[in-house]
Amino acid sequence: MTDTNISFVRQEMLQGQTPPLGERGIVRWVRINLLATPIDAVLTILALLALAWFLPPLINWLFIQASWVGPDRSVCATVAQGGLQPDGWSGACWAFVNAKFSQFMYGPYPIDQLWRVNLVGIMFVALLVPLLMPKAPYKIPNAIVFFFVFPIIAFFLLVGGWFGLPYVETSVWGGLLVTLVISFVGISVSLPLGIALALGRRSKMPVIKMLCVIFIEMVRGIPLVTVLFMASYMLPLFLPPGVSFDKFLRALIGVALFASAYMAEVVRGGLQAIPKGQYEGADSLGLGYWQKTGLIILPQALKLVIPGIVNTFIGLFKDTSLVSIISMFDLLGTVRQHFNDPNWASPQTPISGLVFAGFIFWIFCFGMSRYSIFMENRLDTGHKR
Amino acid sequence: MASQDISPGTDGGKVSLLNDPRFRGYLFQALALLVIVVLGYWIVNNTIANLQRARLATGFGFLDGRAGFDISSSPYLSYSSDSTFAKALLVGILNTLTVAIAGIITATIIGFIIGIGRLSHNWLIRKICTVYVELFRNIPPLLVIFFWYSGVLAVLPQARQSIAMPFGTYLNNRGFYIPSLIMGEGAWLAGVAFLLGIVTAFLVRRWARKRQMATGQPFPVVLTSIALILGLPLLALAIKGFPLTWDYPILGAFNLKGGSQVGPEFISLYLALSFYTASFIAEIVRAGIRGVGKGQSEAAHALGLRSGATTRLVVVPQAMRIITPPLASQYLNLTKNSSLAIAAGYPDLFAVGGTILNQTGRSLEVVVIFMIVYLSLSVLTSLFMNWYNAKMALVER
Repeated sequence: MTDTNISFVRQEMLQGQTPPLGERGIVRWVRINLLATPIDAVLTILALLALAWFLPPLINWLFIQASWVGPDRSVCATVAQGGLQPDGWSGACWAFVNAKFSQFMYGPYPIDQLWRVNLVGIMFVALLVPLLMPKAPYKIPNAIVFFFVFPIIAFFLLVGGWFGLPYVETSVWGGLLVTLVISFVGISVSLPLGIALALGRRSKMPVIKMLCVIFIEMVRGIPLVTVLFMASYMLPLFLPPGVSFDKFLRALIGVALFASAYMAEVVRGGLQAIPKGQYEGADSLGLGYWQKTGLIILPQALKLVIPGIVNTFIGLFKDTSLVSIISMFDLLGTVRQHFNDPNWASPQTPISGLVFAGFIFWIFCFGMSRYSIFMENRLDTGHKR
Repeated sequence: MASQDISPGTDGGKVSLLNDPRFRGYLFQALALLVIVVLGYWIVNNTIANLQRARLATGFGFLDGRAGFDISSSPYLSYSSDSTFAKALLVGILNTLTVAIAGIITATIIGFIIGIGRLSHNWLIRKICTVYVELFRNIPPLLVIFFWYSGVLAVLPQARQSIAMPFGTYLNNRGFYIPSLIMGEGAWLAGVAFLLGIVTAFLVRRWARKRQMATGQPFPVVLTSIALILGLPLLALAIKGFPLTWDYPILGAFNLKGGSQVGPEFISLYLALSFYTASFIAEIVRAGIRGVGKGQSEAAHALGLRSGATTRLVVVPQAMRIITPPLASQYLNLTKNSSLAIAAGYPDLFAVGGTILNQTGRSLEVVVIFMIVYLSLSVLTSLFMNWYNAKMALVER
């Protein structure tokens, strides 16, 4: 044993150092997220180039060059096209959207009666928002009012003809009003009808099952335009002479039946995903078919397929735009109708109107999809496999 | 049943018939059938009465009549307004199929690229792909068609100021002009050689798989297949002395001459359907790839497979199993959405049928034809996808 010299052993702890520049902050983020491998670096550069090529003209067109207010087409056309803008100008014509805004929202609904639409809109929002907020109380009364009382009040308010309100026929409805009415009716009819069809398809009674399968598969096999077409050309043929329905109602029936076939398939997916033990457990408790279905199976099945249900709602909302093919004027149809207004016709008018309509549709659909993600997370009880 | 076990045969008759689930089942079914039959009878009766009242003839005999309208796009059949209604419908069906197949191919390619891009490690690529998906799947396809048709293509310059594009193509407000291939004498041999190449490649693949199973020796199947499928037609053409010429569109004083023209109706419909459906396919692809457990790729790495081989041999085959069923329904959706062609004026089945209906008033027959064609397209697509699905399905014990 020799005397060991331990003078090289450090007595006190070193101060912690900040990580090197490449391992912290924005540099680290860029290195990991943008430049991880040579291929990533090339992709990043290509993407940046694409954005640099694409974004500035887009922003320029949308905001900087756009004409926001104006009395007529002159603010949206170049000198050569008979307007005020310098030659070579290209920008969005928001002045057109501005001037036609009320048309896009209500269509040709009588202007002195617009308060009725607005009242329905306020009631709709006032009832819908607490229904959507998980924390708000009185869910069940709220839902009953929303799905059963509100439609009746809305019907009398929008159509009129009673209680001293002038009658407004559906042919002068238009714009976002039509889009929202069709989607609301479609959504509130298709969910119960779809559940019924799905239960029918899973039923043990062969006749019921066959009828449901035929209906679902027939409707799912043909495009919605064909269904709308049938609703507008064939329904009058099917009814006794003299009985005729409103064109709007026919479109509503077409959309609702179409959506319920899709809803049925979504719900069936949920029903199939419920383990057999749940059915057997309910049977062993002595529950009858409706108790078993209503208390045990459906709550679980519907929770599983919330994303699918909301996707069907979104699809339905987008599909309402097809009613413009059977010459009804929803938001998209109204916007297109106004392209031809000689007061506003310019090369920039159609695209501006379409971008506006697209933006409205996008807000609604995107909102629905975000809400479905939120609900999915909230209802997630951790039983998912 | 439990009560029967306790006292067999004694109180069987005491249970009310209405409480017997079997009897109730029969009753409900009989009632449902009765309602449907009565409703059907009522509808048929009304229809017949209505048709007689309006003095409308029925039956498909009218299909032999002269159509009397023009169809703007008929690439496969020679159609004129003197042709029959049946031929007009056939042109419509072929146009529907054309746009559906072209759309399906493009949507699949874009969808796979975007879907894989959404899983990229690269933040920028991921965000761009997310924006694409969230943008396109939340906008009605009809609006996208109008966007291309009246927003973009209609405001392109006129024919004399056509925009020159690469490969001798031109773009103007009458559509897209591409060089057309003129087949000389003997060019059919290339087609035969092409088919022969596909068949041989298929046989080579089978042989190679068998050999690899038996001896473990791999064979470069992909390269051989490409060589066969491309090489045989080239060889055939070389033998015949390359009887192919390109007919380029040439910009004249007022119009483009030569080449072939793809109309703006087709382009807007095709682009809209492809971009719209691609956003859904991207989500399906993303879900499919994420659905393959992480353990699978880790195990593949542990076996010494490189990342490319892991993706090709382990992840993709399993992901395809998740992807196929929803992909099939997207293909069906695209085919059905092609009926929106009427909005852009592209003469697909629905547009042609609508014109016929307006001319003859045969709403019943036209709707029956619609249903038959669209339903059989659906059934064919589902049959094919089911076959593919069964082929790819996991073979369990």
